[in-house]
Amino acid sequence: MEHYTMNLTLKIWKQKNCKERGRFETYQVKNISSEMSFLEMFDVLNEQLIAEGKEPIAFDHDCREGICGMCSMYINGRAHGPWHQTTTCQLHMREYKDGDTIVVEPWRAKAFPVLKDLVVDRTAFDRIIQAGGYISVNTGNAVDANAIPINKQDADESFAAAACIGCGACVAACPNASAMLYVSAKVSQLALLTQGHPERKSRALNMVAQMDKEGFGSCTNIGACEAECPKGISLENIARLNREYIGAVFSGSEEKG
Amino acid sequence: MPLVSKIPAGPIAEKWTTYKSTCKLVNPANKRQLEVIVIGTGLAGASAAASLGELGYKVKTFCFQDSPRRAHSIAAQGGINAAKNYQNDGDSTYRLFYDTVKGGDYRAREGNVYRLAEVSASIIDQCVAQGVPFAREYGGLLSNRSFGGTQVQRTFYAAGQTGQQLLIGAYQAQERQIALGNVVQYSRHEMLEIVMIDGKVRGIIARDLVTGKLERHFGHAVLLCTGGYGNVFYLSTNAMGSNVTAIWKAHKKGAFFGNPCFTQIHPTCIPVSGDHQSKLTLMSESLRNDGRIWVPKKQGETRKASEIPEEERDYYLERRYPAFGNLVPRDVASRAAKERCDAGYGVGASKQAVYLDYAYAIERYGKIEANKQGIANADKNTTIKLGKEVVAEKYGNLFEMYEKITGENPYEIPMRIYPAVHYTMGGLWVDYELQTTLPGLYCLGEANFSDHGANRLGASALMQGLADGYFVIPYTLGNNLADDIRTKAIPTDHPAFVAAEKEVSDRIEKLMSIKGTESVESFHKRLGKIMWDKCGMARNEKGLKEAVEEIRALRKEFWSNVRIPGEIEEFNTELDKANRVADFIELGELMCMDALNRNESCGGHFREEYQTEEGEADRRDDGYMYVAAWEYKGESNFEIHREELNYEVVHPSARSYK
Repeated sequence: MEHYTMNLTLKIWKQKNCKERGRFETYQVKNISSEMSFLEMFDVLNEQLIAEGKEPIAFDHDCREGICGMCSMYINGRAHGPWHQTTTCQLHMREYKDGDTIVVEPWRAKAFPVLKDLVVDRTAFDRIIQAGGYISVNTGNAVDANAIPINKQDADESFAAAACIGCGACVAACPNASAMLYVSAKVSQLALLTQGHPERKSRALNMVAQMDKEGFGSCTNIGACEAECPKGISLENIARLNREYIGAVFSGSEEKG
Repeated sequence: MPLVSKIPAGPIAEKWTTYKSTCKLVNPANKRQLEVIVIGTGLAGASAAASLGELGYKVKTFCFQDSPRRAHSIAAQGGINAAKNYQNDGDSTYRLFYDTVKGGDYRAREGNVYRLAEVSASIIDQCVAQGVPFAREYGGLLSNRSFGGTQVQRTFYAAGQTGQQLLIGAYQAQERQIALGNVVQYSRHEMLEIVMIDGKVRGIIARDLVTGKLERHFGHAVLLCTGGYGNVFYLSTNAMGSNVTAIWKAHKKGAFFGNPCFTQIHPTCIPVSGDHQSKLTLMSESLRNDGRIWVPKKQGETRKASEIPEEERDYYLERRYPAFGNLVPRDVASRAAKERCDAGYGVGASKQAVYLDYAYAIERYGKIEANKQGIANADKNTTIKLGKEVVAEKYGNLFEMYEKITGENPYEIPMRIYPAVHYTMGGLWVDYELQTTLPGLYCLGEANFSDHGANRLGASALMQGLADGYFVIPYTLGNNLADDIRTKAIPTDHPAFVAAEKEVSDRIEKLMSIKGTESVESFHKRLGKIMWDKCGMARNEKGLKEAVEEIRALRKEFWSNVRIPGEIEEFNTELDKANRVADFIELGELMCMDALNRNESCGGHFREEYQTEEGEADRRDDGYMYVAAWEYKGESNFEIHREELNYEVVHPSARSYK
């Protein structure tokens, strides 16, 4: 692979806190290596700003290996940028060429208020899990792990749904800012396993109710969420959530409070 | 102060059972009056918080990330060990215990390790009950694979995302307790001090990282579950935010630090590509199940891997360690890679890399698959195609990650790998109950020193984090809190809270007032370079002495020339980082002093002066079979205490994987 360097123009969203209005600021960065990750390019920019006595740009990141779900940049109009099934931290600069302009924004959704610059508050996702995204089993209650055989196909599908990293790209990509892909991934993971069956009705009803309460939009089957999901979470999960939900509504349920 | 490990008396297999049946209990009504603070929400923290919440304690959890689910346990790839013996291949609690003690090069405590092996099976049961989607066979039962340093298949896994799945399981259990009101979560909060009242740890000072304001929190007990400190090397496989601050603050208040120099350098990471590098990415140890590691037999080889014929390749691990081959433990594999690269056999542009080759595995799996599908005399293309599909199912996400980072396709070209800092076996000294030398302060998971000796075996970190949180602390904490049921919650206007908060705010104001010229990041990089060069994979007396001096000078420079933009009471990531790097600098000095004190080579600690003629570690049981527990006595002043290790069951011998 040929390595090269590039100069870039960056238009980045700056916002002091959730109360003040934000705006785009323009920055120039030079001699960016094609081998850098997108966030390492941001590191270079921030070091440059600090050297100039300016404030660096705040952005969320932690593991930098595509699994923690913390990084969250909306790059040239796409959640996590142009690479298929890739988080922002795994996007590398060989995607770009000398002279390019890159526009970077935070996730935009009513349920994800901006805290500063590119950092948003995603605690709504935690509250959705609190509404039922678990199996109620206290420590020490478990039977032997192999006492519950699970059909391999179900186990594999459950794992595929469980691969969700909770980054919120699905919400950012959706014109309605819907969280259906996120909610459906958790509902699916647990509904596909025998262990998840006792609570499946209340889980679907309560998680959807919490999602609505948090101010996420409705799902209108656009599919942008699946297209931009860095972990390839399938729209099939939304279909499954709809079946789970309708089943729970019509069969009467053990819904909690 | 004598170090009392509190290992229960009796035969090793009965110690934990005896403890559990004789420890003190707290009745449910009293549990509701007892408050517990948990710092960190990785496997250890989340599992402890969930389990303690279920028992009825009032729990508060803190993490610096935006959600407890982001903790770096999430990045663990390969798997979790458990002595289930589902494969009928001769595994047992004893064998897991033995492998772990031997793997740790006889520098771990037998009692703790046996307990770890004993509860390992329950962890798998618990996780499956929670809905963790482990890999399964067609019959619907759980699948296993092998990891380094063992000859059985005892590793449970979920593709290359085992840590993620286990953490999400623990996170969900914790969120359930939050919904029930038993746990209160504080995200984007960082612990910056512990609060001691009448000789006991009774709370913390935390900083809200969004508003920058300091907060006081009371707890009858405080649990530090904050992970490892590998980021002292700047470049490591840790997350960017992983730090030593919580345990370092505790250390400076009196908690002893055990074996700080025991660092694990993981053999299979993607090599450094340039000065811009911000972190290193691990390629799971599970890849050594099927991949073969080699370098060219010719020094300074310039041909591409594909052009080097079979007879000109040196499969150096298979050559040196025929019994374990590519699956030798991490410390051994890392040193062997360094030895080849230092001798001039490295590959890639930097020559600081070796090949991890999947060509054979692809061919082998392809043939098996062709047989399964009944394709007679499959041609090479068909075999390779089928083989790639099998490899993709097993390791697909890892291969994709490699390709995104390097731009090379590992299905076609051997991966280039090199060792990188990955895990720290050292940490706060704890007794059998996981209590530090400060009463009321506990330390769980990677943050403590206890179970892995001088080298941790693969797939054992997840096991330890969950063992501590789900199955150990619920008992040991109760045993101690039973004596605290008459202690009412202490109001946070108590002078000790006021003083601790002032200490933190003074320190932050001092940092902000320096207004120097050099960024925090730049200091961190400089520290990392000293540590990697002189306290990394190979250490010697001269280098370590130089490192101590260099780190002291760096600390002075940091405190007179660091530049932190912005304000204190706002979202300020540079200030967050400065707090952490200031602590890393102090820790670095202690690590070098510990490495200097330990005149032997064992596990991940390799002193060049102490090696056999074949270049293997020369362990010196006569003088160093102890845990070095360091007490903070003031700036650059640490006093060593020794906990002698008594091996009653396993007889230490030269650790051989030949």
